[in-house]
Amino acid sequence: MRKRLALLLAWPLLAGPAMADEPAECQVAQHQIEPAFTLPHVAAAIAAKKLPILVVGAGSSVLPGSNGANAAYPARLQSALQERLPGVAITVTSDVKSKRTAAEMAKTLAADLAQTKPVLLIWQTGTFDAMQGVDQDQFTQALDQGINAARSAGADVILINAQYSPRTESMIALSTYADIMRQVALQHELPLFDRFEIMKLWADLGTFDLTSAPNKLDIAVRIHNCIGWLLADLMDEAVKEGGAQSAVGKPGAGN
Amino acid sequence: MAPVSTERDLRLDLFRGIALWLIFLDHIPSNAVSWITIRNYGFSDATEIFVFISGYTAAFVYGRAMDQHGFVVSSARVLKRAWQIYVAHVFLFAIYLAEIAYVAHSFDNPLYTEEMGVLDFLKNPDSTILQALLLKFKPVNMDVLPLYIVLLAWFPPILWLLRRAPSTALIASAAFYSLTWWFDWNIPAWPKGVWLFNPFAWQMLFVFGAWCALGGAQRLSRWINSPIVITLAVFYLAFAFFIALSWYVPRLAPYVPKIVGDVIYPIDKTNLDVLRILHFLSLAVITVWFVPRDWPLLRSRAAWPAVVCGQHSLETFCLGVFLSFAGHFMFTEVSNRLPMQVVVSLAGIAIMVGTAALISWYRRVERRGPGPRPPAATPRYAGGA
Repeated sequence: MRKRLALLLAWPLLAGPAMADEPAECQVAQHQIEPAFTLPHVAAAIAAKKLPILVVGAGSSVLPGSNGANAAYPARLQSALQERLPGVAITVTSDVKSKRTAAEMAKTLAADLAQTKPVLLIWQTGTFDAMQGVDQDQFTQALDQGINAARSAGADVILINAQYSPRTESMIALSTYADIMRQVALQHELPLFDRFEIMKLWADLGTFDLTSAPNKLDIAVRIHNCIGWLLADLMDEAVKEGGAQSAVGKPGAGN
Repeated sequence: MAPVSTERDLRLDLFRGIALWLIFLDHIPSNAVSWITIRNYGFSDATEIFVFISGYTAAFVYGRAMDQHGFVVSSARVLKRAWQIYVAHVFLFAIYLAEIAYVAHSFDNPLYTEEMGVLDFLKNPDSTILQALLLKFKPVNMDVLPLYIVLLAWFPPILWLLRRAPSTALIASAAFYSLTWWFDWNIPAWPKGVWLFNPFAWQMLFVFGAWCALGGAQRLSRWINSPIVITLAVFYLAFAFFIALSWYVPRLAPYVPKIVGDVIYPIDKTNLDVLRILHFLSLAVITVWFVPRDWPLLRSRAAWPAVVCGQHSLETFCLGVFLSFAGHFMFTEVSNRLPMQVVVSLAGIAIMVGTAALISWYRRVERRGPGPRPPAATPRYAGGA
């Protein structure tokens, strides 16, 4: 329902830009990409033709198998960006390890930042915290801590919340932690890649079947590919003078 | 002694019944019908209604028992009730285990290797089951009953104090709430974190409900009916509605001034945020204004389904938790399209009403007893609190 509302309000954006190679199934969720906040460091880095990105994440930032890392969204993002920004040297470094809470990731973040000196931190978290039932205050604090560390190291931040996982919905309170991440992103005025809502939209529309599909790597690969593409779309919008912010300035512009 | 009105206020049953339906709808994940529930239109949700009314009826029922049978007997009844709820909780945990074991067995998707880690506790059932029995393991959506158990376990001394010095009891409860916020008290959970509904904070609403039942509501009536309070309540509800709207329409979010956001967020459900209490109180003020105690519709057929659910709240609540599992199962196994969501939601409520009606009928038959002997003079308490 939330999506239907968002769809109504955002329909002019549906006809937004899409690269020729971006699969149509990804574009189904493109109206979810409307960053309210900009990425100034990324914009400057693109102008300077050098764009180092750090992805920090847990188990849902990688796929199993020998080709897993290559098929997962960090690598897909890199190739999507490369296609958009031909002259720019793009490096995507990932620090991905499963079963980590936000607090655990925030702890190792400083070392990662010092090592890779990124202009953008893409931080995927919230799943393991939900599984462990981490105190919501502590989760918020861990996010604050990580975001502040990245910013004081001169990097922009994009947060990615949990995957939508219909099978385990009645066992993991993923949406609670996804909501917290939405609030934290708003408070820090940074773009959130709402993976939860995007995947839920795909599931609702039948774009991807997330309930059955036992052990089909194919769908997982396609989804990670889409996430890579949509992340590139998000960065593109956020760099272009703040994307939706201009529309937000005019009341009623969305209708 | 505080005056205790003798007639059961059907409004309590009505709104507790509705709260139970809303909790059921909210507990089915990805249920479009839950769009109608009040949590989407403001800060508080059905939990506040449920806890407040449970406090109210507990004081009403066990207060009367304390009059007739004294402190010890009525306390024993309260504890017996807490025990029943504990057993119900363990029963629901068994159903939860069954569901989770089924998913572990039947679902294997490379996309969700991380999420499937939630099933890892099946590998060490010794600690999981022990922690669940200790109420420290907290399966999703099963947090209300542990809260209720703790609230009732504490209730006898609180009720005793409420009947002697109601204001003192209420102030003590509010002070405890404040200390809880100040010192961050809560009950630790397993494997990490704390209780989702902090009983040290939520007790205030329960005690406030009890206080209202023991004459507090009459003392407040002048305030509740004052135009100023009603106006304030309307404005507060409108404010909360706008803020809630900004959660669902991202374009509205920038209209919420940063200073307002900094003040109100996070709205803490675990510790029963003051914003939530105010929202619940505003709702209550408006509701009392619209629905008088002798409202004819309360005894009508239209209100009966909710009233009967509210009168058998424990059974209906547990059934609701079970049905929300079953509903989610239908979504993943059969269909999660909108018509299915409506059917599952309506069928669930119908089953809750049917079961409550059956229990109601059975209680009447039981009370009539087998022989010609007159019915026992025990007050009706089992369906009460």
